[in-house]
Amino acid sequence: MNALLLARWQFAITTVYHFFFVPLTLGLSVLIAIMETKYVRSGDETYRKMTRFWGKLFLINFALGVVTGIVQEFQFGMNWSEYSRFMGDIFGAPLAIEALLAFYIESTFLGVWIFGWDRLSPRLHAAVAWMVAIGANLSALWILVANSFMQKPTGYVLRNGRAEMADFWALLGNGHVWVQWPHVFTASLATAAFFVAGISAYHLLKRSRDLEVFRRSFRWAVAYGLIGTVLVILVGHTQAQYMTRIQPMKMAAAEALWNTENPAAMSIFTIGNERERKDVFAIRIPGLLSFLAHNRFSGAVEGINNLQDEYVQRYGPGDYVPPVAISYWTFRIMVGAGFAMLLLLLWSLRAVIKERTLDSPRLLKYMLWAIALPYIANSTGWIFTEVARQPWIVFGLLRTKDAVSPIVSAPEVAFSLVAFTVVYGILMAVDIYLLKRFATAGVPEESPTKAPAEAG
Amino acid sequence: MDLNTLWFILITVLFVGFFFLEGFDYGVGILLPFLGRNDRERRVIINTIGPVWDGNEVWMITAGGASFAAFPSFYATLFSGFYLALVLLLLALIVRGVAFEFRSKLDSPRWRGRWDWIIFAGSLVPALLWGVAICNLLHGVPVDAKMTYVGGFFTLLNPYALVGGVATVALFALHGAVFLALKTDGDIRRRARAFASKLWFPATGLVFLLALLTALMTDVLPRLGYDPGVVPATAVVSLLLVRYFIGKEREGWAFILTGISVAFNVITVFMGLYPRLIVSSLDPAWSLTIYNASSSPYTLKVMTIVALTLVPFVLVYQAWSYWVFRKRLTVESYLEY
Repeated sequence: MNALLLARWQFAITTVYHFFFVPLTLGLSVLIAIMETKYVRSGDETYRKMTRFWGKLFLINFALGVVTGIVQEFQFGMNWSEYSRFMGDIFGAPLAIEALLAFYIESTFLGVWIFGWDRLSPRLHAAVAWMVAIGANLSALWILVANSFMQKPTGYVLRNGRAEMADFWALLGNGHVWVQWPHVFTASLATAAFFVAGISAYHLLKRSRDLEVFRRSFRWAVAYGLIGTVLVILVGHTQAQYMTRIQPMKMAAAEALWNTENPAAMSIFTIGNERERKDVFAIRIPGLLSFLAHNRFSGAVEGINNLQDEYVQRYGPGDYVPPVAISYWTFRIMVGAGFAMLLLLLWSLRAVIKERTLDSPRLLKYMLWAIALPYIANSTGWIFTEVARQPWIVFGLLRTKDAVSPIVSAPEVAFSLVAFTVVYGILMAVDIYLLKRFATAGVPEESPTKAPAEAG
Repeated sequence: MDLNTLWFILITVLFVGFFFLEGFDYGVGILLPFLGRNDRERRVIINTIGPVWDGNEVWMITAGGASFAAFPSFYATLFSGFYLALVLLLLALIVRGVAFEFRSKLDSPRWRGRWDWIIFAGSLVPALLWGVAICNLLHGVPVDAKMTYVGGFFTLLNPYALVGGVATVALFALHGAVFLALKTDGDIRRRARAFASKLWFPATGLVFLLALLTALMTDVLPRLGYDPGVVPATAVVSLLLVRYFIGKEREGWAFILTGISVAFNVITVFMGLYPRLIVSSLDPAWSLTIYNASSSPYTLKVMTIVALTLVPFVLVYQAWSYWVFRKRLTVESYLEY
């Protein structure tokens, strides 16, 4: 394997791994802040127990999100030095702003939150929880500003052999940011909701101590989960229509649509021949793809072969077709997981409304296993977004093969790839072990909160 | 003053913040297995930095992000060139970060003991590597005309840089010991103070040796002149005074002085570099400077506005977080695990 391929594998592994922990941080930070606010407003002990219980799990998850994030920042320079040189003028700015604006808030206030239970007034402590949630979600916004430029370059000029920023506001006002960030935020809310619902379901099944904590958590999770999941589907649909305009090749690959069609049929199940770019076997619904793209049953949707010809004209000779099978299946798995989540939540909603949650062991068992669904959707979603943009690292501006560090050798990348993968694997095992242990142990018996020693 | 120089100063400020803050929390991590005699004591030691270490680490992350934004070629050459060193750094920081969170999650002494040694190694390795890296920038590394690093991993391990790495570890350990004495009470405080006074001589000796080698082996002396001025002098003199205040049991003053020494050592290095970012040992003309490695004037302007707006807020709320946890900890304190 050459250094390029290894560097790509490394980016894929470290990014998917990092994003295993991020959505739960983003979503759960908000839920915990709401729980603690409820506690401060009502004085209801159940809310305090909820805050403490979910807070503990939040922290075990958070630690891995933070440390794997440092790798993300560093590897642009380490493995992708030519990318950094070409893009640094634009890409470095949102990254630095992310650190200055978001990471400082998130980490400083989290430290105060963890250790400040006996040092701050309850009201101030709840405010600190909100600062953590705001900091975390601001960091997501800025990294997506950076990623959005890679999907849809805007506000730049090509000068001095690199892309230079011409308009900072265009970077922030990039239409892609405002479909991608809502998509990530609502997906994160859904992830946190399924996490809370699944673990609550476990305790409802077991009739654990402090059952009210889990009954209420389950109800909350169903409500926030529905908000998150319905919105993520709606936003996702808007995003797909937007992508059909700005990166038609990505959506053509997602649908395995070889040739431009009008009206275009939507594939339900395709086995394709990627080399010859044609279907081997396909079940398709006529007109549906046109409807999804244009909100009406007619209208052209561009196909892979036509776009390939168009790109050769525009960018010169080359292969502009991303890996179709990966794009097609990751897209379908993501969407499928999303709809499965919606169905499960509707079922749960019915049980909650009828107050029959405790008598629905089958539902509770499903919800426990359904914790995996948002994780599957999150991972396949990112794999799709990044893989279906290939061969570009920055769409239309820079190819992935031209972005890799020229001086880092294959053995060096191989060493770091193996080292990170092994350490990540061990830490994942430890993390899941601890999460499981603390999640199944239930609400710890503890002394009631101490009076704040001194208001800070 | 042009924006490139302003950004050079801002990056210096970020590195000063990083070395000052992570200096003591790396130091505390290095001392953890030696100064804590039982689990409760080790928890006290960890809790002195527990609420702040993550915020401190953001100074390093921001220094990296700001280098990327203001001097992309510096970031690209440095990070791809010092590849294996950075892999080691990242691995150390990964295990260190999770260790703080995971360590106390199980009661088993073996489990906790293992994580304590991980905290030790995860603090020692970054301190050593950053010392080595910064000294190499000043000493010069093989960078060719195309801003590409053409050396290997072992090029970085030259004697000068290694002395720099070891001196950094010693100085951080001293800074950490003084911090511990400042933040604890009872037995641990006494032990930390005793350790600090024992550590003072070798740490000071190593910093002096590094200063001497810097004068002999780099071009800092001819550049700054034979009267190098108040900054390097402060870096050295403040360290000499530390011993006096430790003896007087005035930990607050001792901490301010080790902090000043760390800060002024960093500033001295950057003064020696200016206006270069990486000195090329092959040809001085190939060095990366704040001009040939920089972003466009527009980006620098945007980032200047952003940084000058946000940094004051960061300083205020981070200072507040230290204020919240200003009380000394003892084994009798309520300890959040």
